[in-house]
Amino acid sequence: MIAGLFVPCYIDQFYPEVAINTLQLLEKLGCQVKFPMNQTCCGQPMANSGFAHLAKKCDDLFIENFAGLDYIVCPSGSCTLHIKEHLHSKTDEATATNLRKVVYELTEFLTDVLKIGHLPAEFNHKVSLHQSCHGLRGLMLSQMSELMASPFSKPTQLLKMVKGIELVDLDRPDECCGFGGTFCVTEEAVSVKMGKDRVMDHLHHHTEVITGVDMSCLMHMEGILKRMKSPVKVKHIAEILNHQY
Amino acid sequence: MSSRDKILSAVKSNQPSRVPIAEINITVADDEDLKSKYLRILESIGGKGQIVDSCDEIQKILSADFDPSSRKIAVGRSWPGFAESFSAAIDPHQLENVEVAIIEAHFAVAENAAVWVTEDRMGFRALPFICQHLVVIIPEQHIVATMHDAYQFIGHREYNFATFIAGPSKTADIEQSLVLGAHGPISMRAFLLRQE
Amino acid sequence: MVNHADLSEKFNVDEPRVNWHDETLWWVRQKRDRAAKQIPEWEELRSVASSIKDNVLSNLSEYLAEFEKNAKQNGVHVHWAADADEHNQIVLEIIQSHGIKSIVKSKSMLTEECHLNPFLIKNNIEVVDTDLGERIVQLAEEPPSHIVLPCIHWKKEEIGDLFHKHLGTPAGNADPIFLTRAARAHLRKYFLSAKLAMTGVNFAIASTGEFVVCTNEGNADMGAHLADVHIACMGLEKIIPERKHLGVFLRLLARSATGQPITSYSSHFRKPAEGQEMHIVIVDNGRSRQLGRLDFRNSLKCIRCAACFNTCPVYRRSGGHSYHTAIAGPIGSILAPNLDMRNYADLPFASTLCGSCSNVCPVKIDIHQQLYKWRQVLVEEGYVTKEKSVAMKTMSSVLSNPSKYRLAGRLGRWILRNAPFLAKNRWNLWFKHREMPEAPKNSFREWYLENKVNKK
Repeated sequence: MIAGLFVPCYIDQFYPEVAINTLQLLEKLGCQVKFPMNQTCCGQPMANSGFAHLAKKCDDLFIENFAGLDYIVCPSGSCTLHIKEHLHSKTDEATATNLRKVVYELTEFLTDVLKIGHLPAEFNHKVSLHQSCHGLRGLMLSQMSELMASPFSKPTQLLKMVKGIELVDLDRPDECCGFGGTFCVTEEAVSVKMGKDRVMDHLHHHTEVITGVDMSCLMHMEGILKRMKSPVKVKHIAEILNHQY
Repeated sequence: MSSRDKILSAVKSNQPSRVPIAEINITVADDEDLKSKYLRILESIGGKGQIVDSCDEIQKILSADFDPSSRKIAVGRSWPGFAESFSAAIDPHQLENVEVAIIEAHFAVAENAAVWVTEDRMGFRALPFICQHLVVIIPEQHIVATMHDAYQFIGHREYNFATFIAGPSKTADIEQSLVLGAHGPISMRAFLLRQE
Repeated sequence: MVNHADLSEKFNVDEPRVNWHDETLWWVRQKRDRAAKQIPEWEELRSVASSIKDNVLSNLSEYLAEFEKNAKQNGVHVHWAADADEHNQIVLEIIQSHGIKSIVKSKSMLTEECHLNPFLIKNNIEVVDTDLGERIVQLAEEPPSHIVLPCIHWKKEEIGDLFHKHLGTPAGNADPIFLTRAARAHLRKYFLSAKLAMTGVNFAIASTGEFVVCTNEGNADMGAHLADVHIACMGLEKIIPERKHLGVFLRLLARSATGQPITSYSSHFRKPAEGQEMHIVIVDNGRSRQLGRLDFRNSLKCIRCAACFNTCPVYRRSGGHSYHTAIAGPIGSILAPNLDMRNYADLPFASTLCGSCSNVCPVKIDIHQQLYKWRQVLVEEGYVTKEKSVAMKTMSSVLSNPSKYRLAGRLGRWILRNAPFLAKNRWNLWFKHREMPEAPKNSFREWYLENKVNKK
């Protein structure tokens, strides 16, 4: 089985360690990983801004890079969801359809495809989980607080396998952080206020590290934490799941 | 073309192809005695309720609660010496000084503590709303579990006006602080009357 | 032109007030959660409600005709209004034909949508809104900021001052019970003297011609039963087929709206009382057009519970007035562009697409998906700025071309490392309240080349 590593553009440029940890983690768990070298961006920034028609070239490029792979694994719920919901092709819709089916966000790949039961990881900190909306409500990585249904959480299930970790609960377990793609600048005031409120919920519960499945949300919260001069760090879930002392 | 015809034809040409109506087949767990559930929910929405054996008992309870000189008006059975009987000769605007209205509901709903009252049980439509305190008598065995059962009970029965009443009138418009007694009754009291 | 981003920036100047607004509405969301949890079949109820509405929308013209026929048989006058102006004109004519100068009105978002109040006032008719929250905003000469809780943006102290000025209550008294009693006394005078009462309609039953009005305060009933003339205004999507369907919707409505098991009153009006006159005005105002929009027709399922407002993290921190339309919040953002794309082009962008709205919706409207789709329509129809179009084209040309993308990435990281002032300045909206991420020397791809490809 060959898993294609789909690295979101902002992770490639600003958070390479997230992709490195994802790659190492997958290899550690026995996957053969291929990183297609000409990938760029899934096209979500254009599509969510109303310019889906400008994302077609990104779609074609994505298909070119990932066609033929058994699985596509991505350390981002949001980019995964975008591909799942919006990847199409004028010339090869059959391949596009197949890619929409085989693309997985990292944690769901670990729980649903690899079905791992334990992890060789250790992380001796208080950690709180930010539930990114697209992973949560789009990919259903965890049960959503609005629905009257039994709780579950794929990211939490994995974090609980990490030795030494202390998971901290929040007052509002799945409220949006306000990043929202271009929303973070077009609606700057509300975006920042949402981010501050989210960060404060984590801080009130004395967390040391805020983690999540989407680095974009974490980047936004990190920007706020740093401006507040808070010592609390953000770490992508791959960095914790791959952590060993 | 009249607006009516224009609207109806625009709707007709834009409506999607026919989707069949869903059956309402909702199974509801009945894990609690209906009477106690009704009374529990009623309390939670600001009402008061109890089971009584007779109208004498109701009168005794109400006599202790309300000033004997206050105006009380009843629809349905008569309460000689205690409440005046409703008369069609009254102008509803003269109901303003009614302290207590006593009416009889067809049935109550356990899940939300609503009682079903049709116009013929109100005297005037305005009465259950304009009085300061509302008293409702419900035959003890006439409690249904949910609103689905309620509408099954109502069926195709004719009425000109009818309402579900659940507790006193209320508002939380000022900073979400719940205040009982907005424009309608300040209190609502229900008596589940055991059948003689 | 006003827009959501600017209006919410103003709202956010007073941060403690934003916190208060957010927490107040979050409390309502929590009440909704608790109420829904009491109903094990909650999710099934939502599905059934949604599918009943599918049937309604697919059969709407027939149901409307059936409703009209039955309502007329019940002795009710039925009027049809193609748009807001016609609605207002019909109402004015009924009022004037009775020589009436003052009316009472219970909550009707439709009359807000049609801007009825200013129209009647211009025609020398006094309108008294009788819902407490609506009366408060009316005295303050403001529109409601929330469709269920019209004055949720007002603090009790401010309401105390407002009542002191208009109702003569003692200065400084801000006790909610006291203020509610004062409003009760103030509005009773109007209920007892009004010759005409207006109400909205929550549900209209095709098979019986009756309509249902839900309130907690009892103001719709007080108005309608004490007046000689009752006018009920309804959007044409309010139809449901039969009484038994009320069982589904009345279980969902109040629980979704405020967390109550049902509103205090759910009044079923079928025939006018003896000596009374009853009118129903059925309004289109763009609804038939929305019905024809495949992607957006489901918005007509809305039962106006406002659960999507209370859960929306943006609404809670921007306030109802930032949406500059009668129906704010997520649902308003998918309804408003249908009425006027130019004026409301900003609203579908006033969201992070977090999806919480769709999850609380009792009739399962795919609100956040429709927000996404409206964005595409608005761009296609040319309702975005030239600057944004140019920026998006540039962005797309970089992101869809591997070499341009790598070059831009390298350049960006170099700037952040070596000339940070080019990014960390007042023109960068990100940087206003957030630090920039640390720029690494190498991208992941560069690392991969060095550590994986070249090492092999």
